Amino acid sequence: MSESHNGAVVVARDVTRRYGEGETAVDALRGVSVNIAAGEATAVMGPSGSGKSTLMHILAGLDKPTSGDVELAGTAITQLGDNALTKLRRDHIGFVFQFFNLLPMLDAKENILLPLTIAGEKPADGWFEQLVADVGLTDRLSHRPAELSGGQQQRVAIARALVSKPTVLFADEPTGNLDSSTSHEILELLRRSVDEYRQTIVMVTHDARAAAMAHRVLFLADGEIVRELGESSAHDILSVMEEVSAA
Amino acid sequence: MTKFAIRGLLSRKLRTALTAIAIVLGVAMISGTYVLTDSIDQAFDRIFTDIRKGSSAVITGRSAFDLSDGSGVTDPTLGESLLGEVRELPSVAQAEGSVDSDATQLIGDDGKAVVSGGAPNLGFSIANGDSDFNPLTLVDGAWPGPNEVVVDKETAADQGFEVGETIGVQAEGPVERVRVSGVVEFGSGLTIGGATLAGFDLATAQRLFKKVGRLDEIAIAAKPDAPDAELVRQIKEILPPGAQVKTGNEQAQSDSAETSEFISFLQTFLLAFGGIALFVGSFVIANSLSITIAQRTREFATLRTIGATNRQVLGSVMVEALVVGTLASIVGLFLGLALAKGLFRLFDAVGFTLPNSGLVFEPRTIFVALAAGILVTFLASVYPGFRATMVPPIAAVREGASLPDEPLDRVRSTLAGALMTGVGVIVGVVAITTTPGNSLVSALLAVLGLVLTLFGCALFPSRTLGAIASCALGFAALVYGLFVPGLGTTSVLLWMGVGVLLVFFGVARVTTRLIPSLAAFMSPIARWSVFALLVLFWPFFTLPYWLLRYGAWGPGAPGKRVLAFVGGALLNPLILVLVLAMWLRKGVTHWAPEWPAEFPSVIPDRSTTRVGSENARRNPQRTASTAAALMIGLALVTLVATLAAGIIASFEGAVNDLWKNSDSDYAITAQNNFSPIPIDAANAAAQAPGVVAVMNVRTGEVRAFKETIFATAVDPTARELIALKWKDGSQDVFANLGADGVFVDDGYADSNDLVVGSPIDVTFPSGSTETYVVKGIFDPPTGGSPFGNVTLSTEAWDAKVENPRNLYTFIAIDGDENDANTRALEEALAEFPNAKVQTRQEFIDNQIAGLSSVLNILYVLLALSVIVSLFGIVNTLVLTVFERTREIGMLRAIGMTRRQVRRMIRHESVITALIGAALGIVLGIVLAALLIARVDFLVFSFPTTQVIVFVIAAVVVGIVAAIFPARRAAKLDPLQAIAYE
Repeated sequence: MSESHNGAVVVARDVTRRYGEGETAVDALRGVSVNIAAGEATAVMGPSGSGKSTLMHILAGLDKPTSGDVELAGTAITQLGDNALTKLRRDHIGFVFQFFNLLPMLDAKENILLPLTIAGEKPADGWFEQLVADVGLTDRLSHRPAELSGGQQQRVAIARALVSKPTVLFADEPTGNLDSSTSHEILELLRRSVDEYRQTIVMVTHDARAAAMAHRVLFLADGEIVRELGESSAHDILSVMEEVSAA
Repeated sequence: MTKFAIRGLLSRKLRTALTAIAIVLGVAMISGTYVLTDSIDQAFDRIFTDIRKGSSAVITGRSAFDLSDGSGVTDPTLGESLLGEVRELPSVAQAEGSVDSDATQLIGDDGKAVVSGGAPNLGFSIANGDSDFNPLTLVDGAWPGPNEVVVDKETAADQGFEVGETIGVQAEGPVERVRVSGVVEFGSGLTIGGATLAGFDLATAQRLFKKVGRLDEIAIAAKPDAPDAELVRQIKEILPPGAQVKTGNEQAQSDSAETSEFISFLQTFLLAFGGIALFVGSFVIANSLSITIAQRTREFATLRTIGATNRQVLGSVMVEALVVGTLASIVGLFLGLALAKGLFRLFDAVGFTLPNSGLVFEPRTIFVALAAGILVTFLASVYPGFRATMVPPIAAVREGASLPDEPLDRVRSTLAGALMTGVGVIVGVVAITTTPGNSLVSALLAVLGLVLTLFGCALFPSRTLGAIASCALGFAALVYGLFVPGLGTTSVLLWMGVGVLLVFFGVARVTTRLIPSLAAFMSPIARWSVFALLVLFWPFFTLPYWLLRYGAWGPGAPGKRVLAFVGGALLNPLILVLVLAMWLRKGVTHWAPEWPAEFPSVIPDRSTTRVGSENARRNPQRTASTAAALMIGLALVTLVATLAAGIIASFEGAVNDLWKNSDSDYAITAQNNFSPIPIDAANAAAQAPGVVAVMNVRTGEVRAFKETIFATAVDPTARELIALKWKDGSQDVFANLGADGVFVDDGYADSNDLVVGSPIDVTFPSGSTETYVVKGIFDPPTGGSPFGNVTLSTEAWDAKVENPRNLYTFIAIDGDENDANTRALEEALAEFPNAKVQTRQEFIDNQIAGLSSVLNILYVLLALSVIVSLFGIVNTLVLTVFERTREIGMLRAIGMTRRQVRRMIRHESVITALIGAALGIVLGIVLAALLIARVDFLVFSFPTTQVIVFVIAAVVVGIVAAIFPARRAAKLDPLQAIAYE
């Protein structure tokens, strides 16, 4: 796990993102600077249209900023070509999506191992077994996604994101498509990955309970970071959200 | 969001275009066929009208029965004195006699005969160049005098013949040297295909054609006030037996009868391929519509919730299909014009030039082509349309709703299926068995029966049951058509056509069940065959492409880039053009080619092939329908290849059997391997040093037992030179035929109750009938008989036939086959450039060579349906990529490179193609085996080389089909792919 000089694994400086041109242009981000510290969970919150998803996409190298720089694991990623970015994602980034995005024709085990398969690698001895035991899927490995519940599918997705031991795990509304008790399990699982594997997590969410598992909560509004909280209760986060939304 | 709306529309437009291509090609084939055959018809009509334009009446010799061209015998000739008598008649203004020959070889400057495929080498006399009887006009020089010739413009240009030059001409005798007096063309300026023309004055022509004192025809112009009927009446009074008179128009019609027959055969033959392409196209359309309807489930459900009826949903699908069908048919109609030109070129390229006087576009062409295209689209959309009506309104609010798999309730749909199949079978059987009534009506009824049967089989709730019903009915029709004796050719063809289509349909449907295991089986084959092909392509395509791109946009020192660019351009200049086009596009649209591109590698990538093969399996019905389209084309190609292999093997076996126990060392035939040649050639060969024995086989048509049959005549030397299997008799029969003996093949003997000693009456073209005695019965070898049904001695034959000709000659020579003997024989035949000396193997190879140009035409025509199925694969993949947008985005996000995405799609494509190929090849061989079992003179031979080539071709089809969809998939922006929906 490589870290830059100040202990951050993701560094964004003055990042702006503008969609469209001329009068209809929309500024999704208006100069965001942020450091994501290693081994921490960071939640990004904000009302719809605040730019939180755009920020995550840019930090993960899926989108390019209009101006500003992003460094990920010590590499400036804003000027990288597609192949280099793809390689970077393989080595340093894991994704968890709202809609799970599993391949329906592969079983759970194959889905979990997919990032390694694509990279032409094999998991280190014992790592895969440990991982599936930790996410609680040991007896579900030969099931296809259609035979799994929503919560189980998201566990497969999390295991898939963790299997390559990425520098950062990006989660986009990971509980957005789950009921509340299942959401709780998934959040527990994510938090455990931070505590046990020192996994760095960046999570975009509008669910205050999800943000409550993070060490740090960033609030975005109109493309700027307007507030920041340390580890907080869902209640505190919710009241800040209300303030931010009202502003 | 407008961005996505536009994107959706664009992808729909693309889908429409891809679906339409299937119909465009089929319709183009149909309209092209009509344009082609109408154009040839017009050209021939002009030729024949031109030839007779100055004639009020024409006298020709009349044979006792109709003869086909090139059979080795000709109509009897007229005595020259008749011309004088005709000129004396009161109504006659002018009359000229002429002779002709369809085997007048012009000798090129290289000393070889000028031949072009099967086109005739026409020779004729021109009595008076300026008379109205002469259809030719001079382009250069003058009309021929004694020992002079005029040649046609095309041949003169091809061979560099110039006025004043002396060239060789050979007809019935040895080569003669004549002076080129002029160059001619038909008055209307039309081209005459590959035929050569050679015109002489009458005396020269009579000498060359060995018709001294004889005439083939007399052309007569009536006096201005004399009606044609009166002229004909006067002529009839003085007409000798064995001659006939016709008016100019009648003569033109009878001249063109044989070509009309040929053209109508050509038309049916080519239309069949258009029909096959449309049938394949119907699979492609049905499949694309099924996919898009599945993808639009929610849209239909929403329509239902807001009050649309089932009928309206069905209507919207059908209207969409009809619009596509109509547009595609119109495009296809006009593409047909281009295709007709292409077909002229194709026939030209295989040495079978057709006459051409401009393209003819009849209203009938427009009607039939449009009707066929629209009807096929309509029929193909019925089933998917009904599926759309099965969407329940609740699907609008359900996540991931899909179409119900088994639509109707089981009992009802089984009954409906059985009923429809039954009605279809009855209509079809009635239509085919009553063919003689009206062939168009019964053909349409047969098609209706077929369509009903197909829909009936599709209605069965159990896919397997329907498929088995379809296959069973298909094989029943095939077996019935093939093995029930006494069916007419049309019935046999209809039974077979219907049977084959039913079998194709059944196999296509049952394949769905086999797709998972077939795909798993094909995956490693696909991986390694693609690897092997890419390794071969690498130095010529992949590497130069990379080098050129590196040179154009890569990083690094200018020197290095120039070096890479030049190297790439040298390796493959074609790719240079491509990269220059990319460079231009970059300049115009600011599109930036991606760099750094990975250095091209061909190492197979297990992970992408794993996902690709799972993709091929996840939607069995889709993969099955896509593969089925390719299966049809490959089944037909394999059928043709297997039959050809059977013919070749049988023929080789036959020739080897005939020669095995004989003394024959060499064979002589015409340069084109099948035209009869003058007997002087064989006589000349007999003079070569060392020749021990010569056996000539003459051929021609005669009549016996009220049938026109092919008869042959053979020299007594056959006893030593050809080994027959005798059912009754021995090799001695050859020597004992004498003036009144014949031998017959056992099939002919059986059907006419002949035994040794039976009398047989044979009528010759001249009209004289002679009684012969059967002296032997032989068993013709599998692979074809060297003799006709009835064989006389050459002695008896020559007494009855004017200008007898040899079909082939076998020669025994001291020292057997060796270079010196070959040279000696060639020298002896120097004056007969149309005669070809061949060793046994050369003889076999040459006889088979004719087959291979027919094969090439068949392959090219069948390639059309393979191309249609290629577009089917493209279409399926494009739709699939569209459907899996989010999935591909996820794969890109978790680290799949663009190249890996492309490979994943390509692997799916190649697996689909290989499944189609495997099914098609197996089916083709089964069908061929069935046919061969029916035909006595064929043995089964497995076409190993061809099958390997077909498999490679299928892999190439898979690779090519994937190029475009794979590029689209690789270009998907992972961000948008995830955010999609």
